[in-house]
Amino acid sequence: MVSAVLCDNERVALAWRCLERVADPEIPVLSVVDLGIIRDVTEDAAGCLVVSLSTTYSGCPATEVIRTAVERSLGIANLAPFRIHTVLSPAWSSDWISVQGREKLRAYGIAPPENTVPNPRQLLHAPRPVACPRCASLNSERVSEFGSTPCKALYRCLSCREPFDYFKCI
Amino acid sequence: MSESREVPSQHLLAYVLRLADLSLILGQRLGEWIGHAPALEEDLGLANIGLDLIGQARLLLTYAGEIEGCGRDEDALAFLREHREFLNPTLVEQPNGDFAHTIVRQALIDAYQLELFEHLERAPDSQLAAIASKSLKEIRYHWRYSAAWLVRLGDGTTESHERVQNALERLWPYTRELFVADEIDAAMTAAGIAPDLATLAQAWNARIDSLLAEATLSRPAETHFSWFGKQGQHSEHLGYLLSEMQYMQRTYPGAKW
Repeated sequence: MVSAVLCDNERVALAWRCLERVADPEIPVLSVVDLGIIRDVTEDAAGCLVVSLSTTYSGCPATEVIRTAVERSLGIANLAPFRIHTVLSPAWSSDWISVQGREKLRAYGIAPPENTVPNPRQLLHAPRPVACPRCASLNSERVSEFGSTPCKALYRCLSCREPFDYFKCI
Repeated sequence: MSESREVPSQHLLAYVLRLADLSLILGQRLGEWIGHAPALEEDLGLANIGLDLIGQARLLLTYAGEIEGCGRDEDALAFLREHREFLNPTLVEQPNGDFAHTIVRQALIDAYQLELFEHLERAPDSQLAAIASKSLKEIRYHWRYSAAWLVRLGDGTTESHERVQNALERLWPYTRELFVADEIDAAMTAAGIAPDLATLAQAWNARIDSLLAEATLSRPAETHFSWFGKQGQHSEHLGYLLSEMQYMQRTYPGAKW
């Protein structure tokens, strides 16, 4: 067993490295760490590794798949015993997507969410112009409030004429 | 935040079930649109809103099962209760009708959830507050969608205006129930968990009135008759909805896939 010869911190660090390789099933260029849904990795008094996991949208069907993938990845790295603790509060925010994650999204053709939501009521209004992930033009229009997954909206670039997904700010 | 336990647990249970069933039944109704919406974008929009609602229902039903303490989980509560045990407001079980009906029902409920959850987010019950805070992020998008459509249809063609005004007239009487307090509402308000329903009604009215004005729609006359789905007294439509939603677990108890 690898875990037996590792000290606590190394075990936690190894877990983080494993998690950095667990891809989001809907947006495979993003890892669960990039997405900001791994809130914490700790070891409890009984030596069990506790992964605190937040969900993006409460109805997101990828949640179950992500849990299974996290468990499989930790299992393969011999990090058992471990358990996943679901974190509801504070609720996940698109602000938690890492800087690298945002770049990966853009390179993948998805416009990343705007940063920070100082006043949540602001979300009741349409966002500021969204930059096209391909040509960076701000001349875009929203086609639909909801896209292929709950976390995205559909946009169209009026400069290069390409449609694109926008990762919504929540 | 401290856990609120002054409120009798059967009242808290009923209150959480009311919230859960509202989300569950409306989510199920919206799912009926899949493959039938007027355009692909609306198919995706309605399905995604339904999915969010079912996600909220799962969290709330799980919490209800914990409060009850009899070992019932979200599935047992969703699939194995009888129709009189469902505590959703009657409005959400109303059939989808045309797209105008669905949008009106959605806007009326989105405005209600928006105002209600902004209060529950600060409730002294930490689990309910956490669920409300998470759901609120989604509800803001639901409202943006339904409100935008209501304006587009209301301030659209003669045909679309007429259809949406008809839907409003038909669904309006069902909104009264939301703001008529009973023993459970009173207990929850007294415990500082639920808002005072008169205050909630005021906020909801202001939100809806400004939307109706923008959509060039007229507010229907008030009725004195109330439905009480939240007390388990439903319209005939709920039974049909449940028979479809529950048939798998009723026919093959315990089936998993």
